[in-house]
Amino acid sequence: MEADPANPSRVRGFDVEIARMIGRALDRKPVFVQVAWSSIEASVERGDFSIGMSGVEDRPELRERHAVTIPYFEFREVLAVRRADSVRYRTLRDLAGRPVATLGGTGAYQMLLGTQGRGAPIAVSYDDDVHPYSDLVAGRVDAVLLDNIIADRSLRRTGGFYIQPVPVATGHYVGVLAHADTALRDSVNVILRARMRDGSLEKTFRAWHVWDDSQARYFSRVLADTSARSTVSTAQNVKSIGAYLPALIRAGAITLLLSCLAMALAVAVGIAVAAGRVYGPTLVRAPLAVYVELIRGTPVLLQLFVLYYGLSSVVRLPAFLAAVLGLGLNYAAYESEIYRAALQAIPGSQLEAGRTLGLSEAQILRLVRGPQALRLALAPMTNDFVALLKDSSLVSVITVVELTKQTAIYATNIGSWVVPGLLCAAIYLAMSLPLSRLARRLERRWSAA
Amino acid sequence: MERSVTQALDVRNVHASRGSVEVLRGVTIDVAPGEVCALMGTSGAGKTTMLRAIAALGPFDSGSITVDGFALAPGPVPPESRLRVLRRSVGMVFQAQSLFEHLTVMDNVTLALVHALGWTRERAESEALALLTTLGVAHRAGAYPRQLSGGEAQRVAIARALAPDPTLLLLDEPTSALDPARRNSLGEVLRTLAAEGHALLISTHDVDFAEAFADRVAVLAKGVVVEEGSPREVLSESTHADTRALLRSPGAEPPA
Repeated sequence: MEADPANPSRVRGFDVEIARMIGRALDRKPVFVQVAWSSIEASVERGDFSIGMSGVEDRPELRERHAVTIPYFEFREVLAVRRADSVRYRTLRDLAGRPVATLGGTGAYQMLLGTQGRGAPIAVSYDDDVHPYSDLVAGRVDAVLLDNIIADRSLRRTGGFYIQPVPVATGHYVGVLAHADTALRDSVNVILRARMRDGSLEKTFRAWHVWDDSQARYFSRVLADTSARSTVSTAQNVKSIGAYLPALIRAGAITLLLSCLAMALAVAVGIAVAAGRVYGPTLVRAPLAVYVELIRGTPVLLQLFVLYYGLSSVVRLPAFLAAVLGLGLNYAAYESEIYRAALQAIPGSQLEAGRTLGLSEAQILRLVRGPQALRLALAPMTNDFVALLKDSSLVSVITVVELTKQTAIYATNIGSWVVPGLLCAAIYLAMSLPLSRLARRLERRWSAA
Repeated sequence: MERSVTQALDVRNVHASRGSVEVLRGVTIDVAPGEVCALMGTSGAGKTTMLRAIAALGPFDSGSITVDGFALAPGPVPPESRLRVLRRSVGMVFQAQSLFEHLTVMDNVTLALVHALGWTRERAESEALALLTTLGVAHRAGAYPRQLSGGEAQRVAIARALAPDPTLLLLDEPTSALDPARRNSLGEVLRTLAAEGHALLISTHDVDFAEAFADRVAVLAKGVVVEEGSPREVLSESTHADTRALLRSPGAEPPA
């Protein structure tokens, strides 16, 4: 796929149309996520998106590491040479010792590397699919080995070279999903087969000028394969609990860990900000006030995006760390307001009593004002922690797979939200209820005192 | 307990304002070690302003305040770091006690010993227990302030103020929340403290209490000390208009 030249915010290509077909069949609107082609596999495993399908080539390692759909397209690795060399360079063997360009990380590149040695061409790796052909025309390389889709597109775009009609090899485009996502993969396979059967895929490929006889032969081979697929029954739905519960509990642990770390950060920063705003000189108070208003006045989602994607050119934070920082610094603004109000609610006479006893201001804050303020802050803090526990689901936008995200994956795989939704709710409650109870017990103990 | 022969408190011609109102207009008082001095006056006479200035909790504009040899300069209250010596010499018992609500009685009393004086917890607790025993509230050591009666809270507040062994103890309206029986028992405690060598300055408008337990009475009116002397001289024989007004004020009964 590629960006639509008429509207760069849209992507287009037959991959896009196939994705839309799958989405329609699943009754879900596809959301297109752009990542570097070479990181599609890593990203899908991280949970950045459900399925990667942009010229992803089928190969054994891919099937070992990920869930892979049936191929939806058969392509040919073709050799492009300058017109003048069309007779001289017909096969890779003809190119012994000559530089041959391709895209790094592709099957073609692997193929070139595999033939290294005496009598083999010299592989030249590129990061994009335009420069190999321009360098071919310019004479920097003597051939380009890439799939026929890219080769044909480049021929239309730049021209000036010749594509050898006999393919070097054939390969397949597949959709790639996270390793655990086999259930969604199976659904996609059913849809792909159905679209091959009813001709929609053929129509799409024809519209994009990539349909040919070999494609038709490939489709009939796939459809002849009659491995049946059963539909998901309620019994399987319930049975799926056993399979998915460990993943949900793990995701719940991530949610809890993320929330605890973010809350610890929020409390620490919140205390510092509150103390700065209560005790600090104007020079300290003003920027802290700006921080609090800025954080409270903008969506946490925006803050997460800026932290993860916006700052990525300066500092590339790991997703989990970005999530802890984003949620923690966001909640710190709210915590600081709670602490500030609580500090200011402690009567001046308590502070004066501390002073007449010879305690320093720092000791008064630590031993008298702080502990009393903490008791006042406890109830709103508990509220915030429970809210944070649930807000932590927002971090799935920066690729952290926490409880809600994992539930969504589960629900997609089995095609129902009932069981996953109930389990997810139970896990959230199992985390938040004890917390509320603990807070109530503390409050009771302190108010009895 | 050995005390220096100099005055524990020496206040000379102190002026202080609150906002644009001059509350103190040249107050002069002194208190010797072992002496109980009652600073009397109607509400708004400036008693609390005077006590707060001595305790370096509020500013004064001019004049001098010297506590146990430490001179407080007129002007804004200096930072705590420059008040270390004064803090050791002056203890204060607030009208509303202001006990630390989150700490037990024991921890209220040991707080200053452990954190301001750096005592070990054992030493601080044994000292605190001795004080609480003297004041008759040792059995409440584990209680929290809100569980105490008014009289118990008063005694704990005194124990807390006394723990660092200040030369001068200031008490702001200590009898306001006490019934007559407890008032007498408080008075006896204060006499014991004076006998141990502490100087006590007590702000009060309780004529009975002052007459029964003070060595000396100073009447504060319109920002100055209008009359000073023994309780008998001042409270029974005074012809001063301000003192008569004090004696007529609500809650004050003329002594027989």
